[in-house]
Amino acid sequence: MPLQSLDILRRSATTTPSTQARKPIEVAKLIDVTTCIGCKACQVACSEWNDLREDVGSCIGVYDNPIDLSAQAWTVMRFTETEENGKLEWLIRKDGCMHCADPGCLKSCPSPGAIIQYKNGIVDFNEENCIGCGYCVTGCPFNVPRISKEDSKAYKCSLCSDRVAVGQEPACVKTCPTGAIQFGSKEDMKEVAATRIADLKKRGYDNAGLYDPEGVGGTHVMYVLHHADKPQLYHNLPKNPTISPLVSLWKGATKPLATLALAGIALGSLFHYVAKGPNEVSKEIEDEIEKEDAQ
Amino acid sequence: MIRDPKDLKRYNASERVNHWIVGISFILLALSGLSFFHPAFFPLNQLFGGPVWARILHPFVGVVMAVAFFIIFFRFRKLNVMHASDWEWLKRSHEMVNGDDHNMPEQGKYNGGQKMLFWVLGLCMLGMTVSGILIWRAYFGFDITLVRLGAVAHAAVAAVMIGLIMVHVYAAIWVKGTVRAMWYGTVTRAWAKQHHRAWYRQVTGK
Ligand code: HEM
Ligand code: SF4
Ligand code: SF4
Repeated sequence: MPLQSLDILRRSATTTPSTQARKPIEVAKLIDVTTCIGCKACQVACSEWNDLREDVGSCIGVYDNPIDLSAQAWTVMRFTETEENGKLEWLIRKDGCMHCADPGCLKSCPSPGAIIQYKNGIVDFNEENCIGCGYCVTGCPFNVPRISKEDSKAYKCSLCSDRVAVGQEPACVKTCPTGAIQFGSKEDMKEVAATRIADLKKRGYDNAGLYDPEGVGGTHVMYVLHHADKPQLYHNLPKNPTISPLVSLWKGATKPLATLALAGIALGSLFHYVAKGPNEVSKEIEDEIEKEDAQ
Repeated sequence: MIRDPKDLKRYNASERVNHWIVGISFILLALSGLSFFHPAFFPLNQLFGGPVWARILHPFVGVVMAVAFFIIFFRFRKLNVMHASDWEWLKRSHEMVNGDDHNMPEQGKYNGGQKMLFWVLGLCMLGMTVSGILIWRAYFGFDITLVRLGAVAHAAVAAVMIGLIMVHVYAAIWVKGTVRAMWYGTVTRAWAKQHHRAWYRQVTGK
């Protein structure tokens, strides 16, 4: 849900600048995976604040519930059992939109203003302008947006842009009982992460680190991971996410160039007609046929 | 309606209807498709009742075109087999474009350019159908890499196809006496003798 805010950095399918008057600071949500206990309070808070109710599903043998993101579930805890350093580890990651600085969803969307990126870094879907094509799903490197079966609109985590706009933290942050989710300026969140990572390293997690992937320009949802060298362990969190080269090719300079080429063919045809004249049946052949008929 | 009983029959009514179904659906597809292609064309969706309707309707029109195209392709395939004189025609096509068709080699029902267009459009249509189904999210859910490939292919081939059809339509307008073949199916003998002499001799026995 977008806000009547002037702080818009980018707008989907729009080739002129959006309102640029204000200069807010960049925000970020920091999810400390190492402190999360998997209680799903954040999932409940999300569903409360955003008034979403996923249908009751069925157990498929893991704790994930619901088992995937959906138009009614913008965040889902992903549980992974793995063996690291000879010990069983239960890795729990709160999955949802990463609010990329370079969002593949926004780049792909063909509908003006269906996706907007606020200057504070939040990437928001404006369902009112969404046409339901699913291009955002094709563009996202994290497999986040979901098209609703009910209304064919795309939905995902808004980072509670409505709360943030009035100076509150996202609902999940407010609820987390262990303080595993924090919210603030991106700068501050990096500092908080650095302190925690130093702590983890002291406790034997040599590869602890921050997940703020460069490939998408950094994200406005960041993770502290015990195994930052192997993000794939956390339910296939991509190691070097980038907007797929296929998506860049699809949405790159080729389209304006193709448009110019088509305009060139149209104008070229017109000028060809004007310069060379129509290709009419020659008088000579018409006379031949007339002569034949007269015989 | 018979204008001149000595006019030559080039297409029967069923072929003409078939061609118009392909043509109309192509125009609808190009206009609605372009509205997703680049923001500059977005307002075109208003012709279809807005962007959501354009998104819903486009793939169904695509299916209509694919079916009608397949039928016409099947009907005309034998007439479009390339021969040596067609390659020779293509080599000399710049003379024709330049406005002088006196030295062009004799052509059958279709010239080398029309035949090439026939085969290239056939490939394009196959590409558009396969890629269109890959990106049809409302009813299909293919692997993400396939969908991305489909998106690139659909946009790229669409641009090529729209360009080719513009040339196709212009050629019909440029060569006077051609468009009527698609309206009522006949051409004058003089037209046939000038542009498709081998076909002219074949149908008139001269
Ligand atoms: C069986 C044939 C076809 C199918 C199933 C199909 C399907 C689709 C679908 C699903 C989309 C995405 C938008 C939407 O959901 O409506 C699309 C976009 C598009 N289609 Fe088609 N289509 C077909 C044929 C064509 C043809 C013949 C053209 C030629 C002009 C065309 C031009 C386009 C263009 C330009 C786009 C936008 C591509 C982009 O956003 O980059 N389509 N098509
Ligand atoms: S994670 Fe996906 S949906 Fe979220 S901002 Fe990045 S590209 Fe868009
Ligand atoms: S589904 Fe909606 S938000 Fe996603 S790309 Fe299409 S118009 Fe944009």
